Amino acid sequence: MRRIQEAPQNGDPGKFALPSSNRCRSASIASAVASWLRPSSALLPEMVGRDWKARLWVAIALLLVLGGAGCSQSTARTDGSSGKPVVIQNIGSDTMVNLAQAWAEEYQNVEPNISVEVSGGGSGLGIAALINGTADIANSSRHIEPEEEAAVAEHSGSKPREFLVGFDALSIYVHKDNPITSISLEELHEIYAEGGKIDRWSQLGITNIPRARTDRIIRVSRQNNSGTYHYFREVVCGKKGDFKLGSLDMNGSKDVVELVSHTPGAIGYSGFGYNTRNVKMIPVSRKKGEKAVLPSIETTLDKSYPISRPMFMYTPGEPPAHVRRYIDWILSPAGQKIVELTGYIPLNLAEDKR
Amino acid sequence: MSASPFTVTPLVRRNMRRELAARIVLGAMVAAMVLPLLAIIAYLAVKGAPLISLKFLTTNPTHGMREGGIWSALLGTIYLVVIALAVSAPIGVLCAVYLNEYAKDNWLTRIINLAVVNLAGVPSIVHALFGLGAFVLFAGIGRSILAASLTLAIMTLPVIIASTKEALAAVPMSFREACWNVGASRWQTIWSIVLPNSLSGILTGVILQVSRTAGETAPIMFTGAVFFKKIQSGTLFAYSLTDQCMALSMHLYTVTTQVTNAPEPLPYAIALVLLGAVLAVNAASIAVRSCLRSRKKW
Amino acid sequence: MIANQPDNLKRPRMARSMTAILGERTIELLIRLCGVSAIVFVFGIFLFVLREGAPLIGKLDWSRVLFSQEWYPTSKGNVRYGVGALIVGTLSVTGLAMLFAVPFGLGAAVFVSEFSTGKVKETLKIVIEMLAAIPSIVWGFIGLTVMNRLIQEYLPAPVGLNLLNGAILLALMSVPIIVSIGEDALKAVPDSYREAAMAMGATRWQAVYRVLFPAARNGLLAAALLGVGRAIGETMAVLMATGHAVNIPRSIFDPIRTLTATIAAELGETAVGSDHYRMLFLIGVLLFSITFVVNLLADLAVRGVRKQ
Repeated sequence: MRRIQEAPQNGDPGKFALPSSNRCRSASIASAVASWLRPSSALLPEMVGRDWKARLWVAIALLLVLGGAGCSQSTARTDGSSGKPVVIQNIGSDTMVNLAQAWAEEYQNVEPNISVEVSGGGSGLGIAALINGTADIANSSRHIEPEEEAAVAEHSGSKPREFLVGFDALSIYVHKDNPITSISLEELHEIYAEGGKIDRWSQLGITNIPRARTDRIIRVSRQNNSGTYHYFREVVCGKKGDFKLGSLDMNGSKDVVELVSHTPGAIGYSGFGYNTRNVKMIPVSRKKGEKAVLPSIETTLDKSYPISRPMFMYTPGEPPAHVRRYIDWILSPAGQKIVELTGYIPLNLAEDKR
Repeated sequence: MSASPFTVTPLVRRNMRRELAARIVLGAMVAAMVLPLLAIIAYLAVKGAPLISLKFLTTNPTHGMREGGIWSALLGTIYLVVIALAVSAPIGVLCAVYLNEYAKDNWLTRIINLAVVNLAGVPSIVHALFGLGAFVLFAGIGRSILAASLTLAIMTLPVIIASTKEALAAVPMSFREACWNVGASRWQTIWSIVLPNSLSGILTGVILQVSRTAGETAPIMFTGAVFFKKIQSGTLFAYSLTDQCMALSMHLYTVTTQVTNAPEPLPYAIALVLLGAVLAVNAASIAVRSCLRSRKKW
Repeated sequence: MIANQPDNLKRPRMARSMTAILGERTIELLIRLCGVSAIVFVFGIFLFVLREGAPLIGKLDWSRVLFSQEWYPTSKGNVRYGVGALIVGTLSVTGLAMLFAVPFGLGAAVFVSEFSTGKVKETLKIVIEMLAAIPSIVWGFIGLTVMNRLIQEYLPAPVGLNLLNGAILLALMSVPIIVSIGEDALKAVPDSYREAAMAMGATRWQAVYRVLFPAARNGLLAAALLGVGRAIGETMAVLMATGHAVNIPRSIFDPIRTLTATIAAELGETAVGSDHYRMLFLIGVLLFSITFVVNLLADLAVRGVRKQ
């Protein structure tokens, strides 16, 4: 391979030809590859490191090899036989996601070689994952719909199995300086539902919320495919009713409470477990004039609190042994203790055994 | 009035006053942008500092993400960034090479330039929709790191094309002409002269995109990032390409909106880590730029 | 001399070997392919988003959809897809943001380009780049926590997550783009203009607003338009900071919802293939068209600059 710096030979007046081969074919291929990898960069000899390109290729090759080696040792999936962890996929309700995670973490101590992976996304997403076969357990804060049941049956061959795992009470939160003492479902309907007539605090008899800039009731709600949203809408607006436009639709249960705690004229609904010291939970009565009840374990279990809903876990058909063990643990006193600690309502174990 | 050309007349005084007023107003406008930036960084630093430590960065989140660290999110972000740039940098550089070295000045080139500008302006949520429709559903990859990275790659492509084009255009024509005069072909010129000399500009563009990719949330929300995923700690290869992953930006979103009873500094600490990483990468790109600029040969 | 050459040199010699030439041709083909990739991707984005939403186009009464503010996609009784309030939300937050961002951005561009030199200029440019680098989720977080309380405390706002909050964040996010492109536009004006103005006795400021602004008019317009494009397309910051309320705002302290935030909030939980899902993709098509038009206008404005 003749390079530029070689002196011209045979009396050739120094024709500047680029590397070429005039020998046998293999040598010519070799020189072609070499000239491609390291072309004559000799025109400007002081260039950045003559062999930096070769080093770059070597570095890239090393990275690829390491990456390939690494990828092949990624964690195993559902292979229970050789001691690698078995994975249970638990997808669904955002309301239940904190609870599901607390269960998953505690269960690690009970059975260390079973790993429960929890993700949220909503009750709808969980049931959709059940239909697709990507979830072992779907968390849902609402009943499964008949068409969803049919879809699960179609995919996995048997109807989904329902497990009641606890209750969630939806509390009504207001700012802690708001003097209101109780509210009824009818008033909530007038505040939240489409066509409702109450949109000022003075219509409820409240006129002196400190630091509230206007008399307007600032309605805080959830985004429209959250299970909490659906449930509250069913209770307050009726089975086919809709909410009034203009409510602030927050992303998570925590958001609602945060916003209400900073906004004097706000009212919002969220899970009972999301209570903090900076908001006020107000008792709810079914009708105006009836006794208003604060949400608690007792009032939920004896059904005197009107806005509480069951929490379910669904499996596609009868669950396999390891999943069944997990669900049985959840239904046991140990699992239900976690329900209480996380701020939800545990099952009344004397009565609601399934 | 016997005024020489250099006396200060009332007109001149008025103009000078106006000039001073203009300088003050414009300076105030600049300050109105700079001060919020500094205030934000300071506020985040003060509020989030109690939690920042090496342990925070290298342990997985535990107890419903209230305790522990952010390792799985950090690792996920690193995976996404590396794969996205590994895909988009070569395509972007080659596209810019085409536009700058090979393209003639005809309607096709104009359309390509228009397409690049439009691609740059596509909202990030539309990128997410595209990623969902094309990679997750149509190509059947499913929600995974691969789909999310490809979506991010398409998002960073136009900026890499634009910055590489600028870097290539900055190489003087005389370099190329010298090559052609000695008989080099077009590609040989590009590979041996043009590309090495524009390396600083190309690197700057790519490094800047690292920070942008790390910060984006919408494109990965539906294509591969999840609320929570348990991974092995202590290894750099905990995710495989078909897994879903946690990501720093998504983690900030979920901790702020969905994790209850989190210690107050936690979201601030995550925001601080994200912001710190982004600003550090940008600072690195500026350093690379000025360092390589001093070695320029023209 | 040629008659004395050995046999294998009598044939005309190729300057390079076959493999080298083939290799180069392949690379050039690859380059050409990559060159048109940008067009492919832009069309691809439009087509894939349209493809997912297309089945719903025929089923909707489009005048009702575009002009009604009733957005009830998950209703059990009465499903309504009215995006009117969302469009008003997007336009209002972008408009208010541009009201802040364009004067500040152009002013800062003028300051950086004309009134500062050397180290100050470098530092300012670096600071503005840093401002551009802040991720949108961090802005959203700031809007949700810091700005929320500031607005609630010091301004007569009933709730801190509102149009003003979102507009301030969007303004801070689009100012860097306006500054950098505006500065490029001002730099592109030949120095002879400035020298001529100074020769006539103009002060710096007079030179700027009488000579440079008209000369760089197209570039500055393009800068403003690209800032608009950035603001329209922003998702996470407005999702967290505007209160996400389907509402036509009657004051700047009312909460609103944008098109981008609607898609981001609702896409995660819709079933693939349902009407709601397709409607969100159609909103994506709408967004893409709006930003396409804005970018086209910006490009035409810049083309006007090159013609000068």
